[in-house]
Amino acid sequence: MPETINPSVDSHARVGVYICHCGTNIAGTVDVKSVSEFAASLPGVVVAREYKYMCSDPGQALVQQDIHEQKLNRIVVAACSPLLHEPTFRRVLSRAGINAFFLQMVNIREHDSWVHLDKGAATQKAKDLVRAAVRRVSLHKPLQKRQVPIHPSVLVVGGGIAGIHAALTLADAGKQVYLVERQPTIGGHMAMFDKTFPTLDCAACILTPKMTSVASHPHIRLWTYSEVVQVEGYVGNYKVKIKHKPRYVIDDLCIGCQECIAACVYKEGKTPDEFNLGLSKRKPVYLPFPQAVPQKVVIDPDTCIEFKSGKCKKTCIEACGDRHAIDFKQQESVDEIEVGTMILATGFKTFDPKRNPSYGYGRHANVYTSLEVERLINAAGPTGGELVLRDGQTPKSVGIIHCVGSRDRNTNRWCSKVCCMYSLKLAHLVRERTGAEVFNFYIDMRTPGKGYEEFYDRLLDEGVHFIRGRVAEVSDFAAHPSEEGKLVIRAEDTLAGFVRRIPVDMVILAVGLEPQADAQDVRRMFNISCASEGWFLERHPKLAPVSTFTEGVYIAGACQGPKDIPDSVAQAGAAAAEALALIDTQFVELEPYTASILEEECSGCKSCIPLCPYHAISFSDESKKASINEVLCKGCGTCVAGCPSGSIKQNFFEDEEIFEEIEGVLAYA
Amino acid sequence: MKYAYYPGCSLKGTGRAYEESLLAVFQALGVSYEELKDWNCCGATSYMSVDELSSYALAARNLALAERENMEIIAPCAACYLVLNKTQHYMHDYPEINNVVTRALGTIGLTWHGQTRVRHPLEILLNEVGVPAIATKVKRPLHGLKVAPYYGCQIVRPYSTFDDQRNPTSMDQLLSACGAKVINYSSKVQCCGASQKGTLPEVGLDRIRRLLLAAKREGAEVIATVCPLCQFNLECFQDETGNAHEPISMPVLYFSQLIAWALGLDAKAVALQRCIVPVQTLLGSKEIVHA
Amino acid sequence: MSLQRRVKFEAETDREFAQWIAHEIGGEKLRECLQCGLCSGNCPLSLYMDHTPRRLMYLAREGFKTEVLSSLSIWLCTSCYECVIDCPKQINITGMMYSLKQRAIKEKFYPRRFPIPVMARQFSRMVRGSGRITESWLVVQVFSRTAIRRLLGMGKLGVRLLRTGRMRLSRDKVERRGDIAKLMDAIQVARKESAA
Repeated sequence: MPETINPSVDSHARVGVYICHCGTNIAGTVDVKSVSEFAASLPGVVVAREYKYMCSDPGQALVQQDIHEQKLNRIVVAACSPLLHEPTFRRVLSRAGINAFFLQMVNIREHDSWVHLDKGAATQKAKDLVRAAVRRVSLHKPLQKRQVPIHPSVLVVGGGIAGIHAALTLADAGKQVYLVERQPTIGGHMAMFDKTFPTLDCAACILTPKMTSVASHPHIRLWTYSEVVQVEGYVGNYKVKIKHKPRYVIDDLCIGCQECIAACVYKEGKTPDEFNLGLSKRKPVYLPFPQAVPQKVVIDPDTCIEFKSGKCKKTCIEACGDRHAIDFKQQESVDEIEVGTMILATGFKTFDPKRNPSYGYGRHANVYTSLEVERLINAAGPTGGELVLRDGQTPKSVGIIHCVGSRDRNTNRWCSKVCCMYSLKLAHLVRERTGAEVFNFYIDMRTPGKGYEEFYDRLLDEGVHFIRGRVAEVSDFAAHPSEEGKLVIRAEDTLAGFVRRIPVDMVILAVGLEPQADAQDVRRMFNISCASEGWFLERHPKLAPVSTFTEGVYIAGACQGPKDIPDSVAQAGAAAAEALALIDTQFVELEPYTASILEEECSGCKSCIPLCPYHAISFSDESKKASINEVLCKGCGTCVAGCPSGSIKQNFFEDEEIFEEIEGVLAYA
Repeated sequence: MKYAYYPGCSLKGTGRAYEESLLAVFQALGVSYEELKDWNCCGATSYMSVDELSSYALAARNLALAERENMEIIAPCAACYLVLNKTQHYMHDYPEINNVVTRALGTIGLTWHGQTRVRHPLEILLNEVGVPAIATKVKRPLHGLKVAPYYGCQIVRPYSTFDDQRNPTSMDQLLSACGAKVINYSSKVQCCGASQKGTLPEVGLDRIRRLLLAAKREGAEVIATVCPLCQFNLECFQDETGNAHEPISMPVLYFSQLIAWALGLDAKAVALQRCIVPVQTLLGSKEIVHA
Repeated sequence: MSLQRRVKFEAETDREFAQWIAHEIGGEKLRECLQCGLCSGNCPLSLYMDHTPRRLMYLAREGFKTEVLSSLSIWLCTSCYECVIDCPKQINITGMMYSLKQRAIKEKFYPRRFPIPVMARQFSRMVRGSGRITESWLVVQVFSRTAIRRLLGMGKLGVRLLRTGRMRLSRDKVERRGDIAKLMDAIQVARKESAA
């Protein structure tokens, strides 16, 4: 079919067209030979070939050779999605000595052969797409990737095990790390545990050495009781503002002797202790837990008499003596830092079991969450490690209910991954401490890690009862004399096929993991995304679990999804490694798809400014024109489309290029 | 706003006290109503067990009748409330049901557009009249009478349009406003066994016994109900549920009877003569002046 | 003592039944059931069931028609909806119980004098005829067919109800009774037409 000569094709263009078979992925539906012959007939096309696997070495060599021998200056590759191999072919062009952006890829796989069954129609579509690409590519301009330098410092947000490990790894590599933690001490949830599964290592014993390393590491600036309040900038060049809450204690002077706590006018604590989840009380001046890092006390202005009335005897200051570390006039302060990369390791929160009223949390005294029980059995906890009921008695029977707030469309759909293992751990510890009879109510026993199934074997051997059935109710109604004064757990024993009522003294709810309450605020601040369930979104669930869609921002640990300590540590190391990789390249290349404003045509209407999701457009009051910061621009094209006077153009997506492509598709032969 | 009052089959029989007290309370509080003309049985759970489409058609006839008069329905009986709401939902959600039923309704000259709201008297009193308004009209406060509010199943499950499914408090609020001391009744939403007492007596009795025992042990003096079947079950078999060890004689009233009393309405309205478990002595002992 | 051999051959499962339940109201999500047992744990009547709700759903899903329809469980269900509100997969179990009841009645899968299906049928007959239920007459009709001795034993209760004016003896009727019959017939016709 004769093709009309299109005068707009650059007469200097010498185009090479390559149609890939992709095995049978494309060739099975599209008649690649016919498309190649068609391409050869197009104006401007010097050579057209079809080949089994264009992305292979010989395939790439074919292109390179043709560029050389046939003096080609524009290349069209019709193959798979550019997401996969556009960089590959761009490198071919660079190696052959022509500008990498003189390439246009055509997707005849995901957009054609994989979605159509009619071979004739699919082939025709491929031809139309190739024709469009040929017309477009001749208008491509030579573009250059821009390089920006990367600041070598790193911000780590969150001082749990993941944040600690990431910070230490980066600091050991010689990079300056800022570790910001919202609580007065680092350690996160791990510091609250008694023992860890499956080895039953003491949590504090393995964690505290890392915590003290953080405190003493020359390359780590540790800021506790602090929060990030503003993030600006782009990969390699982030400016971050961090707010420090006042401890009313001077960091450099306090040595953590805790004399002030003993001397406080409150003879005993009256405020529910946060670290002990309200199971004990603390004074207004306190240390969160004995191995807190930094070892500096905190004064709580909401309960301290000096703040409420100004008339306290201030025995704390007296006790502090020559050190003069207490300062009631301390103010909030702000630091601004520059970093090149950031790692978010903000962790998780536990499910609030009040949302499942049938389990009686808050209604029946002896229904506890797993985290509360960790504090009870911890030797540094509210009862000195004794597992006792509210009235001080030792329980003789304990029920552990799995999947509270997990695997449930009514609350959280996901499986929280760690609860089966920690429920087994608690079952073991409860038996060890009290000799009580323990009943675990589960739906599936999930023990997939190293040594985990063996741990389950151990528990089976220890004589813990395992009842397969999701618990319906915890009540105090006695339907049988043996149930008087007990909490009764009612569940169907699905393996036996009938309903059972188990009277126990204490119920432990294995609460699931959830994203932190302010996860949405945090992700907005750092310009990353959350998945629909609220966990921070990784770039790819399989192949890129610690990076995000925002370059230079990484995630690690439970904030990315429920996981145990080994996985959190692994992710922290991975995030640190990826940050190091970026830092060591010393500069990052930015894609040139940026937009720019043609100053002469800009009318100063400012319509574009609120459209930009990346705050890349600014307005100059002197020139009364808008301008785009090329480094912040991500090339989304919104401002280009929104500008009423059409004075914004975008590299690689200029009007003529797009119109030529459209005309190419619509030019039915 | 005039409501279409849908009594259902029970309120003309065993549930007479419910109708007598509720309508009197409505009149006293200015809720305007009119009995839905020529209403038919909603089908309850029984018709649904035989032929589902027919049961939707039966229920839908009532919805269509009310729609024709442009009125919202008040359905005091819990089963009727559930069936009418369920029919409304299913007609909206399942086109296969909608098609068949609307065609059948057409043959008797009725149309369904799904606009009719089906409401419960508790919700009307709570939201349309309001607890403060009722409190001001109380003439004979209940003097701390210990009431266990028993909601049963069908007004909170599966559709909880006006109250919490697991811990409803609408009746609690109304009764407190009348001066009662509302017990935090742990079994407030547990099933009474419905018609099992008749068909499978030991099963039904077990359910009833639990509810009565729980109320007794938690210190209730009276149980307040919203459903004629619940009321019947809880009141009429107490000789069989109690035993020598723990006899049970617990008055079971409709919540509207207690409200009628508190509003100072006449004996006919409070309908205490309909009670099988006597309640006069109890009220007398609380120095609550008899009507 | 008699031994019972129990092995179930795949060829004996009823595929049609399994597919039918998956298309009934409530059955749409039946495949997602994890068999966690929360429904059975919540069900106030599960104590009396030969197959708990969970197991019944599983048997239905796998096509064990005889076991399911001959089970007394479906008749014990009082539609209290406890199973539905807590089910972690939000499966409408009560809806499926209704479907199973209907099918069991249609295919006569219940003991002849079993009161519950008898009551369901007497109920529907009375509604068809009068448009409304008269409780006293319904009770008489059900018990005279299933447990006449118990009916006589309810004399004391009957007297009490009479005394308090709660037993209505006159038949309650809808005025437009013809409409009710017409409606019921029209349903049968419309149902056949839409199935076609």
